[in-house]
Amino acid sequence: MARYFTDEHEWIDLEGDTATVGITDYAQGQLGDIVFVELPDVGTMVEKGKDAAVVESVKAASDVYAPLSGEVVEVNDGLEDDPALVNSSPEEDGWFFKMTVSDKSELEGLMDDKAYKSFCDGL
Amino acid sequence: MSEDNETIDEIQTLPLDAWHRRKGARMVPFAGYEMPIQYEGIVAEHNWTREQAGLFDVSHMGQLMVTGDKAAEELEKLLPGAIASLKPGRTRYSLLMAEDGGILDDLMVTNATPWIEADEEAGTEGHWGDPAYYLVVNGAMKWDDIGHLREHLDDDVTLTHMDEHALIALQGPNAATALNRVMRNVIDDMVFMDSVTHDFGEWPLRITRSGYTGEDGFEISVPAEHAESLADRLCAEIEVRPIGLGARDSLRLEAGLPLYGHDITEATDPVSADLLFALTKKRREEGGWMGHEAVAKVLAEGPKQKRVGLEIEGRMPAREGALVYSGDSQVGRVTSGGFSPTLERPIAMAYIDTELTQEGTELEVEVRNKRLSAKVATMPFVPNRYYRGK
Repeated sequence: MARYFTDEHEWIDLEGDTATVGITDYAQGQLGDIVFVELPDVGTMVEKGKDAAVVESVKAASDVYAPLSGEVVEVNDGLEDDPALVNSSPEEDGWFFKMTVSDKSELEGLMDDKAYKSFCDGL
Repeated sequence: MSEDNETIDEIQTLPLDAWHRRKGARMVPFAGYEMPIQYEGIVAEHNWTREQAGLFDVSHMGQLMVTGDKAAEELEKLLPGAIASLKPGRTRYSLLMAEDGGILDDLMVTNATPWIEADEEAGTEGHWGDPAYYLVVNGAMKWDDIGHLREHLDDDVTLTHMDEHALIALQGPNAATALNRVMRNVIDDMVFMDSVTHDFGEWPLRITRSGYTGEDGFEISVPAEHAESLADRLCAEIEVRPIGLGARDSLRLEAGLPLYGHDITEATDPVSADLLFALTKKRREEGGWMGHEAVAKVLAEGPKQKRVGLEIEGRMPAREGALVYSGDSQVGRVTSGGFSPTLERPIAMAYIDTELTQEGTELEVEVRNKRLSAKVATMPFVPNRYYRGK
């Protein structure tokens, strides 16, 4: 399994043709206490770089963009009852949704763990 | 809280800037200043203030002193509250009014007239000194307010901008306990909206039992050069932690207190804003203040819309600008909204067509093309706990 990162602070775990998507620890730290996550419906076709989810903190609403294009096949129901999972376990239990990957060439240009870390250090 | 009045182009720093950074604050531009939005996290800071005591740096606010024999009667021409009958050492919430009935700013006014002790050598009795009124106005509006006051106050009245003073608010159920340990016997006799001066060692302070969180608490005006030392003294108490602007906003929203520039503006009048308590009954009838004619008209005819609270179903917050519906018709707009950490649900303030402002009226708020169920609620959302005496 390979993990990729976007410069919009999302992580993607790729397993075969399915990607699991979430936001990074850095992102949750910036957003602060998360009180609600609006996830896409299963079956939604999302497009790379376009709105896919919304994260609401106490203070503000922030869009989460689809890191790749494809179809949403599963969403994390656990976030409905406990949106704070995004704060406490952003890169594991706080995942957002799973999607099919329609075009693997979209993975090009994404960062690996090391590159993302130095990207954050530079912010 | 997001947009500020852009009267200052360059972001300035406040006396406690370095202190906030040392405490781990995340700083953001607000009202023309670098201000702390949060330290450990908005929810933790919010809950700490409701349970213990929070220290808020509100030095961005404008502290003004209006002095002179005619200070009260001159202020009464611009504010709809009773200033002349405000006793020395008492504070009142008031509004700076525009001619058309709009609100230029909301503020706190304190009768700061000093008591001059008897002087046996000079043979003078104890007496009240020159009339003085201490005003605290919104940071983003202070330059406009100063201009307005300069323009309209009589030349015999002196307006001083106390820009060498910081303002620190200590808020929460344990604020009095903590402050009492730092300076003894100063606040013992004070109730909500009392104000005293106190020399803490060599630091001349003004302490007012007031605030904007709905909790008991104090606002302490301190010369800027002593602000850090005072903040350190207060934060050394076990009950006190520094709190950022983020929690200040969620606390005041729960307390039902309007935020200038959002819930009240030049386009809203005090009747629609449900701030009639700021208009003393007698002055409401007699007038003699800027904007009276326009406000009297709204009073007589009834406001078209009124500011009310909304409790929103589910967990998705409705933010400023969200439209409110009754069936298919749009009946109002949210002016501030967010998630209430205390109630663990979304709450909002909105202007709603008056006929639909009865408590419990069921409405809908539109957020990202979804309709959320909402109910008109009485404010404050969380009961206030001002100290009014035993």
